Amino acid sequence: MRIGDAKQSYEADEAIWTSQTQKFWLGLFLLILLVFPFVVNSYLLYLGCLVGIAVISTTGLNILTGFTGLISLGQAGFMGVGAYTVAWLSINTALPFPVTLLLAGLMAAAVGILVGLPSLRVKGLYLAIATLAASVFLHFIFAEWESVTGGMGGLSLEPAHLFGLTFQSDFRMYFIIVPLAVLMVLAARNVFRTRIGRAFIAIRDRDISAEILGINLLRYKLMSFALSSFYAGIAGGLFAYFYRVVTPESFPLSMSIFYLAAVIVGGMGNLLGGILGAAFMTLVPEALKLLTAALTPFYPNAPVFMSPMLEIIFGALIVGFLIFEPHGLAEIWHRIRRFFRLWPFRN
Amino acid sequence: MDWLFFGEISLAGLAMGGLYALIALGFVIIYKATKVINFAIGEIMMFAAYLFLAFAGGMELSPWIALPMAVIGGSILGGVIEKTMIRPMLGESPISVVMVTIGIANILVGLVEFIWTADPQLLPNFLPREPVFIGELYLAPKIAYGFLIGSALLIIYLLYFRFSRGGVALRATASDQAAAYSMGINVRRVFNMAWVFGSLAASLAGVLVAATGGLSPQFGIIGLSVLVVVIVGGLDSILGALVAGVFIGWLETVAGAYLGGEYRMPATFLVLAIILVIRPYGLFGTHEIERV
Repeated sequence: MRIGDAKQSYEADEAIWTSQTQKFWLGLFLLILLVFPFVVNSYLLYLGCLVGIAVISTTGLNILTGFTGLISLGQAGFMGVGAYTVAWLSINTALPFPVTLLLAGLMAAAVGILVGLPSLRVKGLYLAIATLAASVFLHFIFAEWESVTGGMGGLSLEPAHLFGLTFQSDFRMYFIIVPLAVLMVLAARNVFRTRIGRAFIAIRDRDISAEILGINLLRYKLMSFALSSFYAGIAGGLFAYFYRVVTPESFPLSMSIFYLAAVIVGGMGNLLGGILGAAFMTLVPEALKLLTAALTPFYPNAPVFMSPMLEIIFGALIVGFLIFEPHGLAEIWHRIRRFFRLWPFRN
Repeated sequence: MDWLFFGEISLAGLAMGGLYALIALGFVIIYKATKVINFAIGEIMMFAAYLFLAFAGGMELSPWIALPMAVIGGSILGGVIEKTMIRPMLGESPISVVMVTIGIANILVGLVEFIWTADPQLLPNFLPREPVFIGELYLAPKIAYGFLIGSALLIIYLLYFRFSRGGVALRATASDQAAAYSMGINVRRVFNMAWVFGSLAASLAGVLVAATGGLSPQFGIIGLSVLVVVIVGGLDSILGALVAGVFIGWLETVAGAYLGGEYRMPATFLVLAIILVIRPYGLFGTHEIERV
């Protein structure tokens, strides 16, 4: 039971670690993450890796869409840039994975800045459509620039390696993906304690007012684009190492929509929401697959209906959350926490 | 350069552009009245085309009965979507409303796959088969007659919105909702009617396009081309929808014929990108002034 805590300084209010209770639960959560790969089967391990990648990319998009208010339909394209960078580097050079991943992030950030340039002139939905155009061009480049991207056949790459260690199994990839995800979420959390992060939020709330307050709009919007695509690039690079094959069809427009949906279902402008949304949206299709497998003995044609059901559920989740729970899973989470915090005084 | 070939390609492109103009008109009507960017318009077209398939193919009705039924079905769908899913979003941020229409698009694709499976389908042919010659230029009959039917509806719409009471109500609502409401216009009804009429235009175009090119659950991708059309023309401009529709249809077909199918989307999106940088509000769109 925790009733409240009085904060007496601005630093205390901005602090990430506010209480012993919070530290305890976070520590427990990290411990579970650490133990997780040793106790679960390979399928759950695979899901764990997928969620980790999704968390990184969703956090990136959350910075751009949730915190800066710029809608992007190009997230999958930026991930593709990262994935192709990693694939190309690992085929043509002998760089270890931390370097290739970093370069993937930087490359995606550079492309992100380029795509963000129209944000000088256009905003809102026009900007969303500019990013849509960017993702069309990126897909075109992935498919047609055969000498670098391998055309429609794509690229296959060797497993990630570092100091003679190769990461060919899901088990080993888990120890790259999940620590990186934790680190990057923590980094994002810290960004929003600085001037840069507060400038993002000011731009989201009202860009003209933000400009009057002395925030250089173009600079901060581009910074947000760069940061967000950096996250996407890292996620894409991990994606490349995880599947070890990259094709233009790995990053369709529907993937950009998937990440936008994850941000919305989780809760826009809330990092915890991004994490919950990424996990939820990744796990729902898998749960449906399990359900179908369980139903197949009784209804032999259940698998036929799985893919349409998936589409319907995906759409219904987006519509349902936006209409009934616009603040997303994060709000539900807060409600649960409030219940326990106020128990037994509430009733 | 083979001018005859270029002429034929251009003609086919312009005819296709006429249908784009019709869909874009549907899009603009919805945008003008409700300020909603409808990413589901391609899927509404697809749904109507599948309805036509069910009426004309499955139930073996005459195509000329099935066509109006499918179009009315599509417009009812539009009305229902507005009433149940768009109305509750009134006053929410544009991002949220756009995402709702994307969600609706997914639901419609799922429904279509559920009912008619994901396999590509061919619509029963109902348009005359004799080839059409304009001067020396050959035009595929499906495209030519599709263009004629589409243009007929387009002209009816233009006259309706220019002269009828409903059209005036729509334009009044578009320019100032509160003023329109206080002048006795039933704004909520205008919202609903805009979706009905917009979906009606899209539905007719959907059946006509599907009749020439076949039908599958991926049909809704045409919505992206329409998005290019309306952005280039200006989101709230009927004239823009017409001009840009014809132009983009022509460009897409010519790029596809001379450079290859993979260049269709990049070519139109290049025009989109240029327009966004030079004239962010489109060729004929209203430049909105923002105040704090």
